[in-house]
Amino acid sequence: MSDPLLTLRGVHTHIGPYHILQGVDLEVPRGGVTVLLGRNGAGKTTTLRTIMGLWQVREGLIQFDGAQIHQETTPVIAQREIAFVPEDMGIFTDLTVHENMLLAARSGVLEEERLSWIFGLFPPLKTFWHSAAGVLSGGQKQMLAVARAIVEPRKLILIDEPTKGLAPAIINAMVVALKELKEMQTTILLVEQNFSMASAVGDTVAVMDDGRIVYKGDMCELAADAALQERLMGLSLEAHQ
Amino acid sequence: MSNSLIKPRIERPPLSQILIGKTPLFLVPLLMLIGLLAIGSGSTWLTLTAAGLAMGMMIFIMASGLTVIFGLMDVINFGHGAFISLGAFAGFTILGLLGGWIESPSIALNLGAILLAVAFAMLVTGLAGYGFERLIVKPVYGEHLKQILVTMGGLVVTQQLIYVIWGPDEIVLARPTALQGSFVIFEAAIEKYRVLAIAIGLALFAAMRLVLSKTRIGLLVRAGVQNGEMVEALGYPIQKLFLVVFMAGCALAGLGGVMWGIYQETITAHMGAEVMISVFIVVIIGGLGSIEGCFIGAMLVGLLTNYTGFLVPKLSLISTILLMGIVLMWRPQGLYPVVKTH
Repeated sequence: MSDPLLTLRGVHTHIGPYHILQGVDLEVPRGGVTVLLGRNGAGKTTTLRTIMGLWQVREGLIQFDGAQIHQETTPVIAQREIAFVPEDMGIFTDLTVHENMLLAARSGVLEEERLSWIFGLFPPLKTFWHSAAGVLSGGQKQMLAVARAIVEPRKLILIDEPTKGLAPAIINAMVVALKELKEMQTTILLVEQNFSMASAVGDTVAVMDDGRIVYKGDMCELAADAALQERLMGLSLEAHQ
Repeated sequence: MSNSLIKPRIERPPLSQILIGKTPLFLVPLLMLIGLLAIGSGSTWLTLTAAGLAMGMMIFIMASGLTVIFGLMDVINFGHGAFISLGAFAGFTILGLLGGWIESPSIALNLGAILLAVAFAMLVTGLAGYGFERLIVKPVYGEHLKQILVTMGGLVVTQQLIYVIWGPDEIVLARPTALQGSFVIFEAAIEKYRVLAIAIGLALFAAMRLVLSKTRIGLLVRAGVQNGEMVEALGYPIQKLFLVVFMAGCALAGLGGVMWGIYQETITAHMGAEVMISVFIVVIIGGLGSIEGCFIGAMLVGLLTNYTGFLVPKLSLISTILLMGIVLMWRPQGLYPVVKTH
């Protein structure tokens, strides 16, 4: 088995007086989708933000593609070809869809073929290309947030709850996009509360509770074991289908 | 593929809301119309309007840098006035060296002298801005109270340095020969220098809009004003952007200082601090971080000051504060807020 693309070892993160991550150990294999599950407040979003350097690692280490990145600044981490789709989408609402995409393309150029592929995944972005992103609906903004992350090839994409509050049609579009990215051997670390979505795209899974990883394994095993789901997360796949 | 399931949908605001959004654009012509009706005499109104627009343009030049610094960096820079004074004195030094050009009746030589003075003033204030940001502002990012205290301290220190270098006395700054006097249009006397100030203000506004909308750094500034964290997550070091914007903002204050100094025909170390009241009013009226709002706010302040100065002189001093109160009651975050405060 090849080395994991991303490794977290004993990562502790504090936010103000709160000790959120309490020794996170996580490995993200190359070329697949790793899903991070857990109850609200378990530390999933903090894990992604810590990887991006938006919260400081107090203890432990983060290794990406052979390099230790936990002491680097956010821009330097992003320049290592890591894309981040935050929970609030981080859309620049006063900028047009085009300008949002242009900013995400660090080369400064939007490659035509890749753009056509993105438009195929998310047609509304083409329709509203020159509109201010602020007037897009919630689902369209989420499409833009994901499209920004894939506007250029990235080694790793961190996505925080892309289906939160979205209509089923938009969730379908997200599933299609993530599956196509998987086919292109893109590595994705996905935080998701929607277990149907998570099990549809996930290869490996890690479950968090109280700032620690409490379960690691293959998604197909967890998806097939309702009792395990119930024990780990107080939910079952059946209840979400 | 399930793309067929996705129907493009957009939540368009109704027409009434779009018109309400454009309302600030009509405020300047509306104020001009009210001024015309109140003043009665067309020639007097024209003179006052030209004076108001010129004053507004100079305030815009000084305020534009501050509003972008406010919007992008969330820094309350009470030391901005120091760069206005510093710019005026730096410009004065160059104008003093080019005495022959200033006294010449040639408009080309006059404008050349002003151009060189402005360039030097912007260079000096831009470099001073670099030191100010690194030494004074950088350690207090995100701490507003400390920002107010240390930038006020920076203002005092800069004023004292001006005393040391140029002396404590007020300095008279003569306008270039070809820019003295007035044009007479429809029996209205319009000072030549005011026409130049209006032209420079308009050119700067157009240039700033062009840079902000057509260049990558402009795109980054607009994005950074909205969500600096996301700009960093996209791989751009926002601290460097902060520094560039701070230097540019200080350089614009320097430009404004030269223009304001020649307009007032005297310069003092505390001239910047004095004009900062109008500058802050303009930034608040316009909405934090907004160049367009700043521009409209500056025109309103310039025109209102001149109209009330003629009609009700005793009201002139507080007219702009009243204007700010009315605008904030109507739009609590200013005319075009880029930074949404909660």
